[in-house]
Amino acid sequence: MDELLNIVTVGHVDHGKSTVIGRLLADAGALPKGKLESIRENCRRNSKPFEYAFLLDALKNEQAQGITIDTARCFFKTDKRSYIIIDAPGHIEFLKNMVTGASRAEAALLVIDASHGVEENTRRHGYFLSVLGIRQVSVLINKMDLANYDERVYRDICSDCRTFLEKINISPDSFIPVSGMEGDNIAIRSERMPWYKGPTVLEQMDSFATIAEPEQLPLRMPVQGVYKFTGGGDSRRIVAGSIDSGTVRAGDKIVFYPSGKKTTVKSLEVFNAEVPDHFAAGQAAGFTMNEQIFVRRGEIACLESEKAPHVGVRLRANIFWLGRQNFSADRKYYLKCGTAKVEMHLEHIERIVNASNLSCQLRQYVEKNEAAECVLRLDRPIAFDLAGDIDQTSRFVIVDNYEIAGGGIITEAMNEYDYDTRNIRWSGAGLSAEDRSRITGKKGLVVWMTGLSGSGKTTIAEETERRLLEEGYPAFVLDGDKLRHGLCSDLGFSDADRAENIRRAAETAKLFRDSGAVVIVTLISPFRSARESARKIVSGDFMETYVKANLETCINRDPKKLYKKALSGEIRSFTGIDSPYEAPESPDLLLDTERWNEEECVETLIGAIKSRLLGR
Amino acid sequence: MDHLDKLESKSVHILREAYSSFDKLCMLWSIGKDSTVLLWLARKAFYGHVPFPLVHIDTHYKIPEMIEYRDRLAREYGLYMVYGENREALDSKNTFPDGKVGRVECCRLLKTEALTHTLNGTWPRYRLNLVTGEYELDTNTDAYTGVIVGARSDEEGSRSKERYFSPRDKNNDWDLDDQPPEFWNQFKTDFAPGTHVRIHPLLDWTELNIWEYIERENIPTVSLYYDQGNGTRYRSLGCAPCTGPIKSTSKNVREIIEELKTGALSNIAERSGRAQDAEDGGGLETLRRNGYM
Repeated sequence: MDELLNIVTVGHVDHGKSTVIGRLLADAGALPKGKLESIRENCRRNSKPFEYAFLLDALKNEQAQGITIDTARCFFKTDKRSYIIIDAPGHIEFLKNMVTGASRAEAALLVIDASHGVEENTRRHGYFLSVLGIRQVSVLINKMDLANYDERVYRDICSDCRTFLEKINISPDSFIPVSGMEGDNIAIRSERMPWYKGPTVLEQMDSFATIAEPEQLPLRMPVQGVYKFTGGGDSRRIVAGSIDSGTVRAGDKIVFYPSGKKTTVKSLEVFNAEVPDHFAAGQAAGFTMNEQIFVRRGEIACLESEKAPHVGVRLRANIFWLGRQNFSADRKYYLKCGTAKVEMHLEHIERIVNASNLSCQLRQYVEKNEAAECVLRLDRPIAFDLAGDIDQTSRFVIVDNYEIAGGGIITEAMNEYDYDTRNIRWSGAGLSAEDRSRITGKKGLVVWMTGLSGSGKTTIAEETERRLLEEGYPAFVLDGDKLRHGLCSDLGFSDADRAENIRRAAETAKLFRDSGAVVIVTLISPFRSARESARKIVSGDFMETYVKANLETCINRDPKKLYKKALSGEIRSFTGIDSPYEAPESPDLLLDTERWNEEECVETLIGAIKSRLLGR
Repeated sequence: MDHLDKLESKSVHILREAYSSFDKLCMLWSIGKDSTVLLWLARKAFYGHVPFPLVHIDTHYKIPEMIEYRDRLAREYGLYMVYGENREALDSKNTFPDGKVGRVECCRLLKTEALTHTLNGTWPRYRLNLVTGEYELDTNTDAYTGVIVGARSDEEGSRSKERYFSPRDKNNDWDLDDQPPEFWNQFKTDFAPGTHVRIHPLLDWTELNIWEYIERENIPTVSLYYDQGNGTRYRSLGCAPCTGPIKSTSKNVREIIEELKTGALSNIAERSGRAQDAEDGGGLETLRRNGYM
């Protein structure tokens, strides 16, 4: 199979894109026999001047008959390789289609009319190419025949064009003076411009490089799904996704972002093929894990030994907008980056790049077919890279009301807390919990976890906290041991001190709750009466959760080696040993850690918390 | 990675995106080579499993071997196999073979109409009982919101304008002139209630790629594609009354690949054996705008 390169032609309408392509096909001998003659004849009979652009239209008709390939694409072959030439519409109405076509290209030909110079769509298309990440660009200065093949005209446009393209980080491979109409420097070197020493269009095309998959960069495999299909006794749990960059092999240490969870690759998985030594960029991959951690779609699998991606909720980005409705701060959008899809708001527009003249205006919305630099805010963190580091994972699209309405590249990861203080009017005075909830959209809740030492409270609480945070809930674990080290360090373990400990924990939890947090309190809290008084202090939005495990199990687990000390008499008044535990009679939620594993307990708890927050 | 690996990876990626994005997903299986490759790719994507129903529109005029092959593979792979039909048109003999309507109208009734109502669940669907081998009324009548289809862009003009994820409105119509943008491996996976999305994982494949892949993966195909000794074979499969064989002596996959490569068929359109295309003015655009595959 020979090499294939996708090239897109872009430029202002009527600057001669189709003529250049038509001429290229004709002069390179890529046309079917007799095609050229029949079109010339047709033109003569209809008293129309012959144009090479008609060739393209004629080919399109032919293709529509079902013999060749695609209306928007031309197939073309040189001695070196095959090409697909994507003819992008020059008219602004078709920018959406231009983006679709151009995003598949590895190189671009930007066509400029010598007598008009850089015009609106030249700039617009140039800017879009830059955001789309097309780095190989050649500028064709067309219709040189109408400019008397004047070197000065060529030089002026080159200089204009270079200045403009530099601003958007495109450095063209060449500026070629051509005439599509007369065939100068298309496939054949022109004798009418001896001052030009650079390549012809055909030579330039052959010297573009095919873009290799970025195998050398760090591994980025956005998780598409975690599959466990049990049919036919299949017990594999496979993490599946396409590899954007890097490589992965069995035994590799993996970190998933944004969660930060770690595992090692147990085996690479394939169907009806030999298991490969490794999967590399460009491949649809899948692997099983040694540790059965909970991961899901939207995370990115990375190698522990390589550079980690950024994780965050605020980002600076260059975007282009194709939607019918303006892109504005008062609407809710979804951002899709890799396989992550999160709710998103436009926080701030830094600069409208009116793509047609690159001027900046300060305005707080972006119109259709415009580009902008802006700050976006996500509802929960995602993992991503910056444009230029790893392009694939820096790219995102914006969904507005079911439609992909824009796209962009991330240029900077921003700190979550460096708000522009001018925009924040935040005063706590006089606000009730309800007022806050209405403003922030966050409702608070106290989850009071009671149970014996070693029953699993902290483990479940911490995992629940992590997952709630990932989903955008401000969760916080108020751990009994930690309270004892700080706020309650003056208290001992007498019944009175225990009651006071619980009172302080309840008051603290209430404050957090009122701020809109989901507070998970982990306290043995053995006495029914103390738990009831905690419920009264918190007053509402309180969920008593009994983490159940019998004493024998807890003694066997003994994660902090406290039972051992209590049994040997080293510590006294230890719940279950020489101090009673009064199990809740009708807790709001029961988590039986002897019957359910951690995952099931966490899932159940999260489900219950969400129901409570939704008022069900 | 060679070109087949690249095509395979892209298709698998699309299938996995579809599976994650649509909870009421199905795949259309025409029994032809393209949708059979698609079925194989689904098994690649999901490691031997096919986690959604396969839907076949049965016109009851299909070449009998196609139906036998369908049920054999369905049982072998353990598929959730479903078929739908236009019972009313068949009962009232409103078909081309019965002489009441033309070819294109027959296609519209037996395929397009049947498809629309099978997909939205308003007409009965019949599911293969893998134990008894009999078809039974499927109790699931949900409308499918994601429909995976084996269309290729090189088949004929209108298919070359398709997107990988292509929305259809409430009336199953395709708005060809205002299609959503599609770039960077991001697809239209959001849709308004009542609408659905057609998913085209094979868009970039050519007829030659399909046969090369069938050879590489050793995928079982219907014998109608091969010359059985009389110097003809089917290049494209459809209903018996409207599908004719082409002149070719290719007896196996290898010979078909050679035939395609040497250009013996290069001036003959793939669907030249399909009579309804000619009646529709040389293209399928009329049929496709209204939901034909």
